[in-house]
Amino acid sequence: MSVIGKYFIFLGSLFGKGEKLSVYWRRFLEECVGIGVSSIFIVAIVSTFIGAVSCIQTAYNLVSPIIPVSTVALIVRDMQLLELAPTITCIVLAGKVGSNIASELGTMRITEQIDALEVMGINSSSYLVLPKVMAAMFTFPMLVIFAAFLGIFGGYLAGTLTGVITEKDYLAGIRDSFVPYNLFFMCVKPFVFGFLIATISSYQGFFTSGGALEVGKSSTGAVTNSCISILIADYLLAQLLL
Amino acid sequence: MIEINDIQKAFNGKEVLKGITSKFEKGETNLIIGGSGTGKSVLLKCMIGLVKPDSGSVLYNGRDFYNSDKDVQQSIRREMGVLFQGGALFDSKTVEENVRFPLDMLTDQSTSEKQDRVAFCLQRVGLEAAAKRMPSEISGGMKKRVGIARAIVMNPMYLFCDEPNSGLDPLTSVKIDELIKEITEEYQITTIIITHDMNSVLEIGQNIIFLYQGDKLWEGKKDDITKTTVAELKEFLFSNKLLREMEG
Repeated sequence: MSVIGKYFIFLGSLFGKGEKLSVYWRRFLEECVGIGVSSIFIVAIVSTFIGAVSCIQTAYNLVSPIIPVSTVALIVRDMQLLELAPTITCIVLAGKVGSNIASELGTMRITEQIDALEVMGINSSSYLVLPKVMAAMFTFPMLVIFAAFLGIFGGYLAGTLTGVITEKDYLAGIRDSFVPYNLFFMCVKPFVFGFLIATISSYQGFFTSGGALEVGKSSTGAVTNSCISILIADYLLAQLLL
Repeated sequence: MIEINDIQKAFNGKEVLKGITSKFEKGETNLIIGGSGTGKSVLLKCMIGLVKPDSGSVLYNGRDFYNSDKDVQQSIRREMGVLFQGGALFDSKTVEENVRFPLDMLTDQSTSEKQDRVAFCLQRVGLEAAAKRMPSEISGGMKKRVGIARAIVMNPMYLFCDEPNSGLDPLTSVKIDELIKEITEEYQITTIIITHDMNSVLEIGQNIIFLYQGDKLWEGKKDDITKTTVAELKEFLFSNKLLREMEG
């Protein structure tokens, strides 16, 4: 309980007396590059292959003559929009971005860089963490939209190249029974997950004490706790919004 | 001038500082010396506001740091320059950006004013040529000098140095010591140095405090330290074989 209390106090400190707006804007742009742009490659690889595999496996399980082949594409699309693109992408990002944030802040803590900021009278948590949180909440939804597109495209590639579904059936399937609300739901998830990953990882890194071993532990803790919180939040969001 | 009154601090029931009281005068290099684990760094952290003491007060020209509101604390903080043990340079910034950082964050100076000030400070510590290099590309001694440049860029009234010689060769140590002393005298700063380096004590120590197991056992001037009768201080001073032979 004390950890949770400390986490919320930490969140409160992010919105304490801050610095000049121009400083935050510059830091936000830097973090958007560090958190968002640098994650494009891994997100592209993961989502394309997940889309491809989900198409092949769905087709493998739908062997009934009464189910149209285009259903494969419909299932791939809905799996991508509702679960795979937002949740799996954010779990991957928890590993990449979360560990990066925790180790960066942990190293800054043990090398007294955070102390140096505090001695200057700078709100270190706000200066270091708030731009990361904002950048994660801004870039994660974009990465997830990108991931959903590539996932569906990966399914198309795998389906048409292996012959399990024709191009015409796949395109018909992804247009069939489309619910626009699912797109909104898909974008809400990474917004929430981005906040959780950035704040939990920052918390882990910010309160690191000791040496290199503890930085490693903070990094592992950041990924583990972020993944658990994503899964819990995923369930709660599904329950609340669907 | 900085005054500390009856500073006490304990961690998990273990007393680290047992009521330290002292005064540090303007324009002097004040040294806090003692062996490892005697509470020197904790005392420094209590003075600069990183660790809140359990009791006691720290006065900056009469302003009580811990009993002031946040605005006063903030203004006192902006009058401090701190050189951390490892330099504490920001890894993602160049030497120049590190030195300019306090100006970017805390002032509304124009770009040219900031550039002039940074160039002056880097020139003062002899690192003009390294301005564009990253911290990972410079030596330990250079990092300390960049740390000093960053500490003086805001024209501080108080300069704190946490073991400025640690990890440096003797020649570089002497240069760092001389630089700190020159800056202290030139700008009439109140400087406090944490060290266990005997060369520093003999070279630049003006007012010296000796800590032992969280207590202040001795305080005085450099010229008096070798005549001390305090057994723990004698043991600390003459732990070096060469100095023991000199004493003999």
